Amino acid sequence: MSAANTALERVTQVPGVRGSLLISVTDGLVVAERLMDGIDGRAIAALAGSLVQRLGRAAAGAGLKIPTFVHLRGNTGSVLAAPVSQDMVLVALAGLDANLGLARLEMLDAVGHLS
Amino acid sequence: MSDDIRTLTSRLAEEPASLAFLELGEALRRRGQLDSAYKVARGGVGRYPNLAEAHDLMARIFGDQGDLASAFDAWVEALRLDPMRTSALKGIAFLYYRAGNVTEARGHLQRALEIDPDDPSIPQALARMQTSPRVPESAPPHVGSQPLTAVPSQSSPAASGSSEDRGQLLVDGNGLRLSGSLVGPNNGDVGDRVAAELAGVSREAARTAKLLGLGAWQAIAVESPDGNLYLVPPTENTVLLTMRDTSLPMARLGLIAERGAREARAWLGGEA
Repeated sequence: MSAANTALERVTQVPGVRGSLLISVTDGLVVAERLMDGIDGRAIAALAGSLVQRLGRAAAGAGLKIPTFVHLRGNTGSVLAAPVSQDMVLVALAGLDANLGLARLEMLDAVGHLS
Repeated sequence: MSDDIRTLTSRLAEEPASLAFLELGEALRRRGQLDSAYKVARGGVGRYPNLAEAHDLMARIFGDQGDLASAFDAWVEALRLDPMRTSALKGIAFLYYRAGNVTEARGHLQRALEIDPDDPSIPQALARMQTSPRVPESAPPHVGSQPLTAVPSQSSPAASGSSEDRGQLLVDGNGLRLSGSLVGPNNGDVGDRVAAELAGVSREAARTAKLLGLGAWQAIAVESPDGNLYLVPPTENTVLLTMRDTSLPMARLGLIAERGAREARAWLGGEA
């Protein structure tokens, strides 16, 4: 199993996480994914990638370094994103009941192994 | 132009070195002519840089303009020149209260009370702080009506605390600053630049959340090695960004942002 798939496997095992994927933000493509049925990885790649890029620019405008973690919270779930490199971002989709603290730790740990 | 402003303007024109700028600046401020008030006060501060009253006036005008970081600095300067100046102590206390730092707010009010025990507004403010976890709806009239707090990191005693306040910014859907400020790495205000980058972020977040089946977006937390950002949508077309250093736990930053969003909603007239 590749390092990417191992990372995705660990993140997806966190309770409440519906899936995770590695995306390329510049072209919005899915590099690797581990998603529950019915979840469209391409949509996540395009939407989350664009949002992470925009937030990165806002952070730079505020004089901050590249974000290490982004959490978009909706009223029925969350998208978590952790940039791996300038182009690659690890993304996870989580439900309301998810252990977000553990998911964050797993994702940051995975980024450490992938970068 | 009202009679009093006309009279004061004439007096200042006849005697530019007089202290009439204090009355004129205050009269203009009370009428909401903030640009004119600012020009008059700035001229006065230029002429009398060691006059605490002049800096106090500047602080009130900055407060009304929503530039609370500058208001804070001006009140600090007024206090440096006149440590017994209770209006500056009250102004700083109010800014701390808006920033959620009740300890500092109380400390400044206590000092003001020691100096002027006959001022009934001070025990009233202390009592309000005791009973209300939220910022009072009726702000002190000289502090301003805008909802956001941005205490500068360099001159603020809060900077020595564990959660450096780097400001709060309310942005409309077109990337324009509605209120507040953000302190950048060189202690300059980076509000406009960040506001421009946030143009349309609310729509994008809403689209992302909806299409991914997450419902309506409620918040975005952004962690960076040298600071954290928290975005919330006070209304459909606005975004409130709160920035703090990394020592403040993200969940607590979220609480501060939510409180700011409630104030922003009330300010924008979106709250029933």
